[in-house]
Formats: sequence, C-alpha cells, structure tokens
Amino acid sequence: MSAEFQQKIHETLADANLQLAIYTATGRLKDKRVENVAPDVLPDYQELRAQANAIKKHTIENLDYYLEEFERNVEAHGGKVVWCKDAGEVSDFILGLAKERRARLIVKSKSMTTEEIDLNESLEHQGLESVETDLGEYILQLAHERPYHIVAPALHKTRYDVAGIFSKNLHVPEETVPEKQTAIARAVLREKFLAADIGISGANFLVADSGAVCIVENEGNARLTTTAPKIHIAVAGIEKLIPRAQDLATFLKLLARSATGQALSVYTSFLSGPRRAGAGEIDGPDEFYVVLLDNGRTKLLPDRARRQSLYCIRCGACLNTCPVYRKIGGHSFPWVYSGPIGAIITPQFMGVGHEPGLPFASSLCGACGEVCPVKIDIPKVLLDLRSEVKKAEAREGHSRLERLAFRAFAWVMTHPRVYAMAGRMAAAVAPASDGGWIRHLPAPLAVGPLKAWLSQRDLPPPPARSFRDLWRMR
Amino acid sequence: MPKRVSLFVTCMVDQLFPKVGLAMADVLERLGYTVDSPEDQTCCGQPAFNSGYRAEARTVARHFLKTFESAEAIVVPSGSCTSMVAHHYAELFHKEPETLARVHALEKRVFEFSTFLTEVAGVEDVGARLEEIVTFHDGCHALRELGIRSAPRRLLSRVRGLELREMTPAEECCGFGGTFSVKFAELSGAMARTKIEAIQRTGARTVVSLDPSCLMQIQGACSRAGLPIRTMHLAEVLASR
Repeated sequence: MSAEFQQKIHETLADANLQLAIYTATGRLKDKRVENVAPDVLPDYQELRAQANAIKKHTIENLDYYLEEFERNVEAHGGKVVWCKDAGEVSDFILGLAKERRARLIVKSKSMTTEEIDLNESLEHQGLESVETDLGEYILQLAHERPYHIVAPALHKTRYDVAGIFSKNLHVPEETVPEKQTAIARAVLREKFLAADIGISGANFLVADSGAVCIVENEGNARLTTTAPKIHIAVAGIEKLIPRAQDLATFLKLLARSATGQALSVYTSFLSGPRRAGAGEIDGPDEFYVVLLDNGRTKLLPDRARRQSLYCIRCGACLNTCPVYRKIGGHSFPWVYSGPIGAIITPQFMGVGHEPGLPFASSLCGACGEVCPVKIDIPKVLLDLRSEVKKAEAREGHSRLERLAFRAFAWVMTHPRVYAMAGRMAAAVAPASDGGWIRHLPAPLAVGPLKAWLSQRDLPPPPARSFRDLWRMR
Repeated sequence: MPKRVSLFVTCMVDQLFPKVGLAMADVLERLGYTVDSPEDQTCCGQPAFNSGYRAEARTVARHFLKTFESAEAIVVPSGSCTSMVAHHYAELFHKEPETLARVHALEKRVFEFSTFLTEVAGVEDVGARLEEIVTFHDGCHALRELGIRSAPRRLLSRVRGLELREMTPAEECCGFGGTFSVKFAELSGAMARTKIEAIQRTGARTVVSLDPSCLMQIQGACSRAGLPIRTMHLAEVLASR
C-alpha cells in the first residue's frame, strides 16, 4: 500500500466536518434509493436487475458485433464514430477538429469518461477554454478538484464552501443560499452556452439498433451542451452499449432509482445525428460525433469474472451504501473512479501495481453487490484482484514477511497438534487478566497486527483453556 | 434427519471464546443430538483466502475436507466461516474436478448454527430464558452470502424474558473484515465506532450476533470506549436458562 493512500485515508478520517458531510450526503442518497426500489414501489425490481445483468452480459460478450452496428446506424443518420485507443487519441481528435473549425470555447456536460482521460487539462493546455456546465462539476472546476463521487461530484462541499469558491473565482459577494448560488452559476453558464463552438458530453447508453446516444440528467445543461453549439461530441467508453432501444425500458427504470432515488431523472435525451435541415428539423448541431474510447477496457474482455466490471452503468449506488466510501470519501481513492466500483475498475484499467492496497481496502461486507442494479459481483472481483496483487508481489519479491506468515499459517492449520500447542503458548505469554479486555501489551508483543488492533480496540484475554481442551475434559 | 452432528467451532471460538462452542453443544444436546467435535479441526482457511493467498487457503481447505468428510452434519457458530466452506471452497477448487465433487458433497452438510436449528432441527423455542434487552447485529456474510435474516430473530423472539430492539441502520458492517481490521486499523476502528453509535441508540446493553469475529470487534471497541455494553453469541443466549 502506498503511503499516499494511507495518508489520504487518515486525513479524511481526521476531518470531522468532512466526515459529517460525506455520511449525511451518502445517507440521504442511500435512503432515497431504498424507498424507491421497495417492493410496493417497484415490485419487479429483482427481475429488472436480473434482466439488466443478462442484457449487459450478452452485449459485452458480443461487443464487436454491437459496436459495428452502432457505427453503421450513427453514420446512417449523418453522424460520425471516432475510435480511440486512449486519452491521447481523444484529445488529438478534438484538438484537430477545434483547429479546423477555429473553435475557442467548449462547453461540457458531466462525464466521468472525460475525467478519466483528463480532457479539460489537455484542451486548456492547447489554449482552448473548456467549461463544465453541471453545477457540481462547475464548482469543482473552479476549485481545481476532481469529482468526489460518480454521480454527486461536489458531495463533499457545503454551501459555505461553495460561497467561498464563487466569491473568489467569480468576484461576487459571498452567497450562502443554494438557490442564489445556482442563479449565479446559471448567469455565467448561460453566456457560455450561447457563445460555445463545441459541446462535449458523455453518454449513459449507446443504443446499437438506432445509433442513438442516451443521456440522463437533472439540470438541463446536457441538453444545452448537445444542442446549442454547432458541433456535438459525445465521448463514451465502449461498454456503454446496449443492443436495442427497448432495452432502455429496463435500464432507465433502474438507473435514476439506484443513483438518486428518482423514478426517472428530470431530462432523458435521445440524440441521433446532426440536425437534418432537409427534413425540416430546427434544432440540433450541424456536426455530430461519437468518440468510442477503449482506454484499457478491452483488457477485461478475456476473463469471464473480470469482464462483468464493464456492466457498470455508473449509478453510484455502491458508493452510497459502502461503509468504507462513507468514511474515506472519494479523494482517498487513487483514480477518478471511487468507491467499490472504483476499487475494481482502477486496478483493471491501470494495472494492480497502480495502488496495490486498493482491493484490500474493503471489509468484504457485500453491501455493494447487493445494491448494484446490474448485479456485478464486486466482492468476488475484489477477491480475485487480491490474489492477483499477491501473485505480482511474489514475482517482484515484495511483502516477503507476510507471505512467510501465511505459509506458516497454512502449515500450522494443517498440523492440529502444532496448532494446539501454538495456542497454549500464546495464552501463556499473554498478560494476566481479571476477565477484562486487554488495553496494552508489553513492548515485545505489541508489534505488527496486534499493535494495529490495539491502536483502535482492546483485545480479548485468552481463556485459560481452549475449546479443544475443555471438550476433552467434558 | 441427522441424529449426530459434528461441531466445527472455528479457530476463533476454539482459541478465544470456548464458551460459545460449549453453549452450542449444550443447545444441540438438549434437542436430542449426539454431538462430537473432531479433534483434528483447525481453521476454514478464510484468512488466507481473503488476503489473496489462494494456494495457502487451498491447503487449509483440504485439511478441513479431510477432517469433516465423514460428518453427517456440520454445525458452525459463524456465518462467515460457514460461507467460506459452502460458497468459496467451490471457487478455490474449480480447476480440480475430484476435489470439487467432494466439496459439493460436503457443502450441503455445513450449517450455520441458527439455520441448523430453524431449518434442520425445526425448532424456534429451545427453552431458553434471559432477562435482558438485546440488539442483534447481522454479520455481513451471514446476511448477504447466506441470506440469514429471520432465523436468529425467530429464535430470540422465543427466549423468555428477552426483548429484542433493532438498531438503525441494522445492516451496516461493524468494520472487522478479517485482516482488513489490522491492515486498515484506523478505518476499521472508525467503522466500529459508527456501529456502536447505532447500538447505543437502541438502549440495549447486550449485542447478540452469529459471528464471534464481529463480536470481538464490537466488544473490543466498546471496551476501549469504556462503554458498559457486553456481547453474546446467539448460542450463549440460547443456552441461558
């Protein structure tokens, strides 16, 4: 585990205000989800989950077929599909297009995929202005921070934080009323929408049979981003595909309920191609591009257990319910994806060496798998990744002591007499107790796991006799 | 229906909480079972499995298979260890067809204690009495991997003098998580303290669970905080009279 990971966890746990903010915000989302998938509200919830899982499984197993179908249908509507292997290819394409069209200003709607490839930084580096238009993302862009949460990016910011950020960056008086803060952002962003040359969005679903991009949102900024500028570019991971428009009947019922506890988000947009002036259409962009990004995703395809990580529809339900995320928050995680889903996709996209401690930062409570609307077995993938980390460490000669300890564990546990004797020895060296739990151990004993345990909790005093001894005497 | 049951008391009960194993044997004997406890038993191997050491976990699992192969029914005072045998052994041996067949034959005969009482023995009232207000902590593996929710509550509802008060939230992890509790000690401790707040809100002075590891975490954190809260395994409650 890296020192940075440990340090970030420690800092988050030590910040009482932040702890309260995370716990309250995730708790609200968690409770609303529970209400909205309850049997009296959504009787077929479990069937929908099973169906969503089956559709995603089928799609990911036939990804090549559906990707090509999607491309054909996008092009039939006058749009263009751009295939990108990694971040560099995406920014090359967008920068090239911006140069050709002499674009200066880009508006963006919320997209974790563009966060994943640091698109804003690449664009700004080349002198373009790229403005986030989702309120939470806009706040974070001003504060130069990454999203804290897949769905609620500024979940960790209080309205007082926002007042300070707006005042400093927009030169307005400190305003702490959320409605008024929204009005401030709206006034700035409206001008940006009207002046923007390019709109960049993400995608919630790519529909193969109709070549459509489906986007769900609550603020209306994605609608403006995708229709006001002359050029719309949707950037999406290849796993966003679903075969048929009718499959949305399954996914849209699950997505908003799992994410925010809404039956449906405020806006659900279907975008298929540029404006067809000849057909009398009056709105929509002149040019429509869908960037299909790999960025490590195809590496997950060969393994049956692993590739289920690509079923994710980015609802964030696993974050809200995770007792670990609710303590360590989003910024402790080593990459843009946080929470349980981040803990399984980060090592798979970036390699297990990126943060070897990540798959271990879980009590394996299974709450994530229970709420996942597409039934990703997150705990199972975590366990597989743990095994992969240990194999890599063995190859590279790391964690020698731990490896030795587990080899000893296996030997002791397969030699019952040694095991019984080891137990008696441990009991013999333990400090005397009056039945109360142990708070301190003498220095030579207070090492390693025992020391770590005692940093937070007391230890049970070892009994005078083990069960096996008592049973024999019975 | 088996007349004879074998206890797998788990390494934790054997070495740290032997009274839990004795209590479990008492309850089963009172129901007319002949109880044995195979001498060679040690651990299910979960610590190695959850820490990423599959080869070591397999070694320990093979020992478990050998030790319990001839048992008619195996009763375990832990949801987590039961789930290790009943769910994860198959994963460990998926490339060894012969061992896998032995695992499948065995996993049907492994029962978590409360499940054995309600599903196999078919009892809810075991004749226990305990004048106490208690709250029940769901161990995550019992709850989510084995789907155990009502069995312990039905058993507790039949204990004379006992009042069960549910905590909110009831289903949040106590933060133990095996080696997680020491690898991420500060985080694990913070999770335990959140759990304890939920326990305290019920007003109960006793926390009951199916899993000794959760109880060690909760009791350890209560003891550190100086709180007058005690923990009891379900078997100890049911053995009370």
